[in-house]
This record gives sequence, C-alpha cells and structure tokens, in this order.
Amino acid sequence: MKTIGYIIQKEFKQIFRNKGMLPIIFILPILQLVILSNAATYEVKNIKFAYIDYDHTSTSRALVEKFNASSYFNVLTDFPSQEIASAALLRGEVDVVLEIPNNFERNLLKEKTADLSITINAIDGAAAGVENGYVNQILQTFNKDVKTNIIDTSKKPVQSVAIESIPSFWYNTTLDYKTFMVPGILVLLVTMITLFLSGMNIVREKEIGTLEQINVTPIRKSQFIIGKLFPFWVIGMGLLTIGLILAKAIFNIPMEGSIALLYAYTSIYILVILGMGLLISNFTDTQQQAMFIAWFFIVIFILMSGLFTPIESMPKWAQLITEFNPIKYFVEIVRMVMLKGAGFTDILPQLWKTMLYAAIMNGLAVWSYRKTI
Amino acid sequence: MKEENVIEADQLTKTFGEFTAVNAISFEVKKGEIFGFLGANGAGKTTAMKMLIGISKPSAGKAAVAGFDVYSQPESIKKNIGYMSQRFALYDDLTVKENITFFGGIYGLSRKKIREKREQLISELGLENISNKLVGSLPLGWKQKLAFSVSLLHGPKIVFLDEPTGGVDPITRRHFWEMIYKAADQGTTIFVTTHYMDEAEYCDRVSIMVEGKIEALDTPKKLKEQFKVDSMNDVFLKLARIPSPTLPKGKGENTDCN
Amino acid sequence: MSISLNNISKSYKKLKAVQDISFDVNPGELFGLIGPDGAGKTTIFRILTTLLIPGEGTATVAGFDVVEDYKEIRNSVGYMPGRFSLYQDLTVEENLTFFATIFGTTIEENHDLIEDIYVQIEPFKNRRAGKLSGGMKQKLALCCALIHKPKVLFLDEPTTGVDPVSRKEFWEMLKRLQKKNITILVSTPYMDEAALCDRIALIQNGEILEIDTPEAIVNKFPKTIYNVGADNMYKLIQSLQKYKYLYSVFPFGEFVHYTDKRDSFEVADLRSYLEKEGLVNISIEVAQPNIEDAFMELAR
Repeated sequence: MKTIGYIIQKEFKQIFRNKGMLPIIFILPILQLVILSNAATYEVKNIKFAYIDYDHTSTSRALVEKFNASSYFNVLTDFPSQEIASAALLRGEVDVVLEIPNNFERNLLKEKTADLSITINAIDGAAAGVENGYVNQILQTFNKDVKTNIIDTSKKPVQSVAIESIPSFWYNTTLDYKTFMVPGILVLLVTMITLFLSGMNIVREKEIGTLEQINVTPIRKSQFIIGKLFPFWVIGMGLLTIGLILAKAIFNIPMEGSIALLYAYTSIYILVILGMGLLISNFTDTQQQAMFIAWFFIVIFILMSGLFTPIESMPKWAQLITEFNPIKYFVEIVRMVMLKGAGFTDILPQLWKTMLYAAIMNGLAVWSYRKTI
Repeated sequence: MKEENVIEADQLTKTFGEFTAVNAISFEVKKGEIFGFLGANGAGKTTAMKMLIGISKPSAGKAAVAGFDVYSQPESIKKNIGYMSQRFALYDDLTVKENITFFGGIYGLSRKKIREKREQLISELGLENISNKLVGSLPLGWKQKLAFSVSLLHGPKIVFLDEPTGGVDPITRRHFWEMIYKAADQGTTIFVTTHYMDEAEYCDRVSIMVEGKIEALDTPKKLKEQFKVDSMNDVFLKLARIPSPTLPKGKGENTDCN
Repeated sequence: MSISLNNISKSYKKLKAVQDISFDVNPGELFGLIGPDGAGKTTIFRILTTLLIPGEGTATVAGFDVVEDYKEIRNSVGYMPGRFSLYQDLTVEENLTFFATIFGTTIEENHDLIEDIYVQIEPFKNRRAGKLSGGMKQKLALCCALIHKPKVLFLDEPTTGVDPVSRKEFWEMLKRLQKKNITILVSTPYMDEAALCDRIALIQNGEILEIDTPEAIVNKFPKTIYNVGADNMYKLIQSLQKYKYLYSVFPFGEFVHYTDKRDSFEVADLRSYLEKEGLVNISIEVAQPNIEDAFMELAR
C-alpha cells in the first residue's frame, strides 16, 4: 500500500511538471466543450420551404400558416405545379416542398385521414432527417388542432395515424440541441483525455528507459499498475467535475438525476478506459504508436456511440458492435441521468455491462504487462 | 552459499530463434568482489546480465543470484540487487530528493529510514545546495554518482552497473570508482558490464565475452601476463581477433540492445 | 590555416557553452578535441560547420568565414555528428547515393577516396542502415561524410559507444585519410585516443585547458607519479588521502596514481606509513604520466 503511495506521489509530480501536458489536461477540454457544443448541433435553421396548394381551402392555408409560424422554415413561395417545384428543388432554390392535394380538407373531414406529399432535398442526409423531423413535428401539432377544432363534431376523437414523430424528439420538444449535445461531449472529453494520457504514460517510461529500472525493483505488477493508473483516474473524475460545472454555468444544462449516481458510474467507467490505455501501452514501444492506436479506437467509439448518429439507424451488424463500445453506455447514462433523471435501477443494465467490461479490460492489461523482456 | 559465491552461473544460455546470444556461460562471483563483465557490442553481455537481474528468462542452464534461482525466484533476486544503467537510471523530471524518496519507497524502506538515508547521501555527495533541483539539470557526472548511491539505498548484496562511467570527466570518474571501492569494501558485490577497457582495469576479476561465450576469465594482471600485453585494451583486441577488413564477420547485426 | 578560431564564445540563455575558444588547425593535421560530456565539444563543431552562429569571436574553415561564407563551407567540409544521423530505413547503398546526390556527385566519382572503407561495408550494401552493428554504422557514416571530397572533416565523438576493436579500426582509417590531405578535427571523451592525434586541445566546462602535441602535454606534467598498490584498494585510498604529504591520489586501474608535495620524496617513508596503516602487499613504483593525469592536473 505504501509503495503504491510513492508511485502515485511521483506520478502526480511528473504530470504537473510536464509543461506540455498541463494545457492538454485542463485548457483543451474547456475549449472543446465550449466550441464543440456550439458547433456540433443537429439544428437546421432557415430551411427554404415552398408549397404547392391544390386544395385552396382554409385548412390547407392553416397548414401553410403553421410552417410560416415556425422559426425553422422560411416560407419562400408557392408553386403552381409540381414540375416547377421539382425544377426549383433541383437548382437548390428550395429544400423542402410540401404538396397539398385536391380535396385535402374534404378527405380530412370525411375520411378522418388525408395524404400529404413532402419532398426533401436529401443530399445532406443528416439535414434531411432533421428537416423531416421538423415537418412531422409541425404536422402533428396541426393534427391535434384539426382534431379539436374541425372534427369536434364527431362523437369520439379519432386518432390520426397518418403522421408519426421520430423518437429522438420526445425529450427535445424545445429543440434545444445543446441540452442534448453537451452531456455527450462531456463523455467524449473524459474518455479521450484519460485514454490518451494513460496510454502514453507507461510507453513514455519505456521510451526514456526508466521502465527498465522499475522492472529490476521488487515492486509488484499490481502495485505499479495501480500507482500508475490512479492519478489518471483522479484526473478523469476531475475532468467530469470541470465539465459538469461548465455545462451548468455556460449552457445551463438541467441536472434532473443524482450527481452522486453519475459520479459512481463514471468512477467505474474510467476504469474501462484506463485498462484500455494500459493494454495499448503494453503492446507499443513508442508514444507515437500508442497515440495512433488510441486514436483508432476513439474514432470508432465516438462515431458508433450514438452521439452523432443514432444507433437505431445503423445496420444490424454495426448495432451489435456498439454493444462493445463503452462510450455508448456512458453517453446513454449521462443523458439518462442528467436529462431524464434516471435512478440507480434504471441504469443497472449499463452499469453491469460496464463493470464486466472494466474487469475484462484490466484483467487483460495486468495479464499482458510483463516485468520481463 | 558455501564459498560465499553471490552469483553462480552454470551453462547459462539464451537463444533468440536460431541465434544464440549467450552460449552456455559458467562463472562465479564472490562476495565483495568487483567483477568486470566485458565484451564488444553484440557479444551477448547485456543479454547475459538481463538474465541475472531477473528480467529475462534463460533458455537453458542454471544460475543463482544472491542465493536465488533465476527461473523461479526473480522477484527475490530483485529485492537483493541494485541496478544502474548508463543512461537512464533516475527520473530527470524529479528532484534529487524526490528521486531518493521514490526509489527508497518502492524498495519498501520506512519513512524514517528514507529520511535518514536521504540526508546522509546528500551530505556525502555534497549535494546540499542542489537537493531540490531537477535531476535533469545536473551535470552527467553528478547524475551518475547519485544514481549509484540510489542503487545502494536498500543495502543490496549485489549492484549491477551497465557501462557506468562512459563520457564522464576523469576526475568525477575517479570519485565514482572510489565509491565503488567503498561499497565493495563494505561487502557489496559489484558486477560491471562494459566495453570500455580502461574500466576493466579497475576490476578484481574480469570475464571477456566473444560471440556469446566467455573466452577469458581472470584478474586483469594475469590476463595481461597471459597475453603478454600492457593493457586490458590489448587483451581485448587479441581475444576479439580483428576480422580482416575485406571479410567482415557474418553477424553484422547488433543484437545487444545497448 | 585550415581551421582557425578566434575568441569564440557561445551561450544558450544563461548557460555558457564555450568561452573564449581560440585554436588553429594546420592543413593535413589530425587535431583532437579531448574532453568529457558537456565540455562544449559539440558546440564548437556546430559553430564550425555553420549550424550555429557564434555569440562572439570569429572563425574560418578552409579560408571561409563561418558566418559570411557559410555556403562555401558547407560544400567543402564533411561532418559526422555524434549521433548516428543516417536514414535507418534506407539501405547502405541508398544512404550513400542519397548523400552523393545532395552534393551533386556520384559514388563512382569519389570511389577512390572511400574505397578503403567502403569495401568493408560493401557486402552489406543491401542491408538497412538501422540493422548494422555499431562499427558498421560508423563506417557508413564516415563514407557519407566523405562522399563529396571534403577538404576538412569534422567528426564529433565518432567512437563513443563503440567497442575497442571498432575503435581501433576507425582510428586506422582516419590515419589513412590524413595521408590523402584531408584536415581532420575529431572530438572524443576517451583520453587514450588523444595519443593518436597530431595535436590536441584539452577542454572542460567550455574552456580550453591546454593545446599541444600529446607528448608535449605529458612531458609538461610537473610531478613524478607513483603507481601505488596494496591488497585493499579502498583502505589504500583512504590512507593516502590522510597522508600529510599527499598532493593527489587517483585510482588508476589496479593501482592508484600518487603524487607527493615534497620535492625529495622517499619511497620508504610512504611504505612505512602504509604499513602502519595496516596495508599489505604494498608496491610503489615510478609511473609514466599519461594524458589523463595531465588532464586531471590541469582541471584541478
């Protein structure tokens, strides 16, 4: 135990003396959180919207008015025919075209259902998805209005199933993406920095040659590893704290659930990352190699974490892979706890998986660490 | 240990695939002896030493260091030896004091003992004024003397020195050897690996490795008599048999990692 | 003069690397800079090879000023830095061709100059430089430094970390190059290599202690040195350090080198003192001083 203390002491001194490392640990995360949270947003504004109204009724005009009222759509023009609209779409003059067919009002009143046609420029798939979401959102509100205002003569309200909203909007009715993104980016920072730092640390001693000196001392493998990793565990927790404070202070992100629960989960999650870092450094000879390998995993983990692209829309095999992605669990937990106020039992499935992951990672890392050459 | 042999190697061998780096070497080192382990780059001396200090498993043969078996008790060996390599023994980004404390700590010395040793060592080396300076900022000679003292902190039975005085100025080098004599006089065995033949002259006994085998083992004086030359350098040149310039030896690869 | 330095000084921030260095190297001379690590040898090399601008003073190489005419100097000198500076991932031949091309020449054109050395590494010409042994690497580096027929050759610690066999070969090569009218400035931390140079400068802490031929430096040694030996080296040194007439004592291999304060020194006096101290197998003999003794005396 005392031996571990000496190593921890030494590590902290070295970390805080490394002039190149300090800004990486403390300044970069702050910048990243502020920049990425503002830049990495799904929000699509000023959508160029046009419509073709074949119906010319008060209902159709009311529907167009809904789009007009939305801050996301710029209602540019109405086209007399579909051909002209298509040509405009092709030239990129409009992004979204809504076609209201003849007898829209009549069908809605009589048959309780009506068809609409929406054409979206989907060159930018992500933007198109978001636009589709906005359109659906507006149609759904419109639907409710129709139910209450126009069809209130019918005996019981008819659930219109013509329009569905996509699930990711359920917790984002305000459409404030920062609420959604900031916790995700927080996860990213904690993960990236702890993985890089821990991955490069032991390799650095390998490079300088001091590791050989350590290997000829009677120090035990476990003592050395715990002593080496503990400081980075502390730094990881520190990063979480900085991130949470910034999230509250700058972005006013809600904290619905228990902070203690979040910390408890993170404390286990960081173990996964540290184990991974150690494993990387066991199999590399230079900091450069370690960095590249760490990057390889980080990029895959981030892109497959559900942070930027919903996991539900990935192919089956990819979804299966995400099961092995620790970042995915952390993203889920952070959003669940911070935004939905999830409790201990809610996060239990992810907690178990993370613990298992941590055990496997660290087991492998300790097993593959060699005091001999 | 009947004859007080602190190192006993018997037919010790290490092979890397087809290549035999250390070829069945046998020797003993007595307590308090300064033993020089010489050889050219690639002769296998570093590989042999790594087996003795418990960081490399032998392929065949037997060896005991401080009474412990190199196969089954490498961690016990490590408790009883000190090690100082030429270049990287200490942490450059820790101060003199911090290095002493750290290494004292990982060898399991008590806090009180560490404090005592630290004060003693700093005053012996005359480092009072710079004990809070980073080791990286010290001149090479001081670093080496400090590294040697640190390797003695836990009172090891044997200290392994890997080319300890390369590039150090002549006076500091003498001070270094005085420290080695002192340690040997107090019963610590010194095992020096080097290819600087003038370092070899200071040793009680030396072995010379050529292509994985020990080709000579005796006191420097007797070796010089045996080969009828004036210096260990000439002994070495005779043993290593300079290859003909037009026909270099087949193994041009540097298999020693130094 | 092939190389000439006048009051050269250079500081890095607060640290003075070299101070007031002046010496001349004659054409065709093999001149050695002898000193430990950190003495300032590399700084002098970097100034002379125009990689570093001197803080104060002037220097010329092959008649060119190191600041004004740096381009001419770069074309007429060969430099072999202390660290192996070739491409480890290129083969022996590729390295050589590369350096020949940089200087606008070919291996064939200068073959006679490097022939002696190149034949030794030729069997390995398709091997990557990183896979060569220490001695081989050096020979290759020397070939690369010679590929453009330089008038002056700078070798910064060429033999550091190299075993005695390769060292010996290397010095033999230098002697042969010297005969081809190449001026050679070589640095080394090994005092025993000093004797192989025509003239040497002993250098420590950025200052020159002495410049002369190795023989003259040794002959100037002011004291008589005695080889003193006994059964216990540590006790012997301890005892000698307490001896009231001691001038200096340094361990030197199996003996210690002892010098006395007095002009008239009686071996018997010392012997009886040492016997009283409890030492046995005492031997005291007059010894020849060497460069290392001279260096330590000058550095006192």
